[in-house]
Amino acid sequence: MATAAFEPRIVAFFCNWCTYTASDLAGTARMTYEPNAPVVRVMCSGRIDPQFVMKALHEGADGVLIGGCHPGDCHYQEGNYKALRRFRLLKRVLGQLGVENERVRLEWISASEGDRVQHVINEMTGQLRALGPFNGARS
Amino acid sequence: MTQRITIDPITRLEGHGKIEIFLDDRGEVASAYIQIPELRGFERFCLGRPAEEMPRITERICGVCPSAHHIASARTLDSLYHVDPPPAAHKVRELFYNLFMFEDHTLHFYFLGGPDFIVGPGAPAAERNVVGVIGKVGLEIGGKVIEARKIARAFMAEMAGKVVHPVFGLPGGVSKPLKAEMVDRLKAAAPGLVDFAQFSLKAFADIVLKNQVYVDTILADHYAHRTHYMGTVDANGRVTFYRGRLRVIDPSGTRVVEFDPSDYLTYIGEHVEPWSYIKFPFLKRPGWKGFVDGPQSGVFRVAPLARLNVADGMATPRAQEHYEQMVQTLGGKPVHSTLATHWARLIEALQATEAVQVLANDPEILDPNVRRLPDRAPTEGIGAVEAPRGTLIHHYATDPNGLLTMVNLIVATVHNAAPIQMSIEKAAKGVIHGGQVDDGLLNQVEMAFRAYDPCFGCATHTLPGEMPLTAVVRRSDGSVVTTLSRGGA
Amino acid sequence: MAQKPKVAFYWCASCGGCEEAVVDLEERILKVVDAVDIVLWPVAMDFKRKDIEAMEDGSIAVAFINGGVRMSEQEEWVHLLRRKAQLVVAFGACAHLGGIPGLANLSDRQQVFQTVYSDVPSLDNQAGTVPAVQSRVNGYDLHLPEFWDDVKALNQVIDVDYYLPGCAPPPDLIWKAIEAILAGTLPPKGAVLSPNKACCDDCPRKDTKPDRIELTAIKRPATHLADPETCFLAQGFICMGPATRQGCGMPCIEGNMPCRGCSGPLDDVFDQGAKFLSAFASILAPKTEAEIDALLDQIPDPVGTFYRFSLPVSLLHRRKPGVRV
Ligand code: SF4
Ligand code: SF4
Ligand code: SF4
Ligand code: FES
Repeated sequence: MATAAFEPRIVAFFCNWCTYTASDLAGTARMTYEPNAPVVRVMCSGRIDPQFVMKALHEGADGVLIGGCHPGDCHYQEGNYKALRRFRLLKRVLGQLGVENERVRLEWISASEGDRVQHVINEMTGQLRALGPFNGARS
Repeated sequence: MTQRITIDPITRLEGHGKIEIFLDDRGEVASAYIQIPELRGFERFCLGRPAEEMPRITERICGVCPSAHHIASARTLDSLYHVDPPPAAHKVRELFYNLFMFEDHTLHFYFLGGPDFIVGPGAPAAERNVVGVIGKVGLEIGGKVIEARKIARAFMAEMAGKVVHPVFGLPGGVSKPLKAEMVDRLKAAAPGLVDFAQFSLKAFADIVLKNQVYVDTILADHYAHRTHYMGTVDANGRVTFYRGRLRVIDPSGTRVVEFDPSDYLTYIGEHVEPWSYIKFPFLKRPGWKGFVDGPQSGVFRVAPLARLNVADGMATPRAQEHYEQMVQTLGGKPVHSTLATHWARLIEALQATEAVQVLANDPEILDPNVRRLPDRAPTEGIGAVEAPRGTLIHHYATDPNGLLTMVNLIVATVHNAAPIQMSIEKAAKGVIHGGQVDDGLLNQVEMAFRAYDPCFGCATHTLPGEMPLTAVVRRSDGSVVTTLSRGGA
Repeated sequence: MAQKPKVAFYWCASCGGCEEAVVDLEERILKVVDAVDIVLWPVAMDFKRKDIEAMEDGSIAVAFINGGVRMSEQEEWVHLLRRKAQLVVAFGACAHLGGIPGLANLSDRQQVFQTVYSDVPSLDNQAGTVPAVQSRVNGYDLHLPEFWDDVKALNQVIDVDYYLPGCAPPPDLIWKAIEAILAGTLPPKGAVLSPNKACCDDCPRKDTKPDRIELTAIKRPATHLADPETCFLAQGFICMGPATRQGCGMPCIEGNMPCRGCSGPLDDVFDQGAKFLSAFASILAPKTEAEIDALLDQIPDPVGTFYRFSLPVSLLHRRKPGVRV
């Protein structure tokens, strides 16, 4: 199967108050972006358990994108700081397990930054297309 | 057409093994191989781990002698981190280690290799285990064996957190000091352990030495190899377990070399065969010449018999008496008969209990200062102890942050791998003739490796007295002498 | 009297410590020996493989299997025992989670053989000999089981009825399981036979564990002394207590050393390492990426610590094949 035909599947966890709203904004403003990243809405990025990220990769995802409010803007004050600490530690574990850096990504995207959602999803999809399928755990 | 006989799995040892025996067309043994069919790869998967975790990782190499790996690893960390533990830490480790040596040796005599002797090599398979042992030595004695093991292991767990698998070893000492209350209990129990160790030697004398069939078996040529020997000696050249210098003698007993474990690479090499996952250590001088004994071959042996052969004697008085008696009975040193290892093991167990008594009564054992923190970056370290089954060497190298970049483990049984291979072939040739093979004969082949109590020597079940039990006592020819039974059975 | 139920003990990629734990039942093992007929226990008794193969399928009541599955022969044995036994119990961390040997899933066979048979300094192996499944020596054919690339926990190879956690399982826990088996009072199939609560609730130091911990430094046992009374996490040592089942009696904490998680995760957890990761991240103080990273640099080996016993059963199971470190 030529990698060109490969379409990466990305799971996007977006926090309700900021990034999810931004993706809605991008949608209404007809900002087209790659369809490879279906969005899972969570109340806050601090809600995302590292097990969700690993389970997504285990179940067949080729990448995971986490979106949250900029530091200081979190609707629950501490949520995104928690997410950042978990994410930085998770990246070290994933690195030791051979998961390439581009596959799991955290972005701060406020409610008004629809263009940022578009850019990040397009960029990440392109990178994973080049990288190829993950299927690490299923081998 | 050569006939192939397979013993699979070999039993009453810790770990996996298989013996393949090839008969020629006259039914005589042409070749025999003991194959270790498993590998886990500690030397690989320890790379990248923090060095200080190694005492709790490498002990998972062997659940029968985890304390050996735990202490060898802790000593290697002292060397790696360039830190010398306070005197009390060394004494706590040594007290713990002697309890372990006693308990492990006792386990082997009564439940692993011992059944071949106590029940008889020709006894039916179902008898050649602790049931048979208890039948032979009696239930009351069986209870004493279990009690001694229980006491020793309980003290070990109190000192080191767990007995399968200890936790207290660290670079620069141990994680916690001993409690006075526990040391008092140990001081009270120590004489009982010494008595038990002497009792075991008496049982060995009564059951084995007084029976000419067994003595002939011990001295039978097919159970003897004239090899080099290696063991650890203390400053006075006496048998020691926790730390000392490594001494090597040649088959005639002449000392070849004595060196600090940190120089092991100058003297010890490892050979690889395609038909076994185990590696075969040998002495670089005279070098690997194959599975042959004799002064020209680099094959060397470790474990109790080797230690007693290389040393000038035992380090404690009572053990020394028995040592002299053994050497005299077996006609001088070095003793080459593999099966004499059982005797040497019991003498070492006695020394261990005497050492426990001395250390438990040493006031410094209660000194709370049991850890000196390293103050230099780790680089490279080598540590060695005498495991029950022989010399055990750990060698680590790390990056400045203490993450492991090289791990070399020369495990006790590995030292004996080549000698065991030789013993198996020689024993097979000795007992199997004219294609006549039965379970008892095959067990006599397995006996060749059990004497080494290879690192794959493990535990079997224990049988104290109060339960209904039927134990059949048989003469060595298998005929029933009497059936012992207690209530209900 | 009714035929005694047949019991088998077997060991795969194990260390023998689980066997020792059975012997540590001391007097209680006699009740076992009297109540059951042990038909296989390589470490202790001289029964052979052919004896088991000759038995009828399902004629063994319970097979206690310890050790992970790493060699082809071990895989054959566990399939054989699954056929012969009504109940299979995964006994100890290696069978339950993959155990410490499961850390080899950070490498593949080629890398393991390279280190073990070529790289270590004491080797004299210019010919580059390695163990082979098939080899011919002096005209004789000798076989060895194959060394798989992966270590698998027991339930990744056969259907497992119950799990007995711990490395090694504490004798009291083994005894409770045996009593339940003999009395027929086992919980539903698939249960882990230990309390489904975290170690911290059973820890002698739990009262010294504050509700809110905000670490600004992480300590290592090599270079820091631990206070023998205070919660390890509160002191800044990594302790796997929060993400590990209780039931072991906390012997490591009694030994003044932090928990390394050998009893495995609680029931609702998919991945013990990830569970601990989020618990540990939540007690770190820094807020900026740079400060967080500086603190995380003080954790020497995340995967080797968080997955010390459970890498094979983790969601990602192993280091991604083909990706060299
Ligand atoms: S669980 Fe622990 S004690 Fe049991 S076999 Fe595995 S390493 Fe050994
Ligand atoms: S974190 Fe460790 S030391 Fe603290 S309460 Fe939990 S198990 Fe005990
Ligand atoms: S304290 Fe932790 S590592 Fe120690 S035995 Fe209990 S679960 Fe295992
Ligand atoms: S609500 Fe957006 S990160 Fe917390």
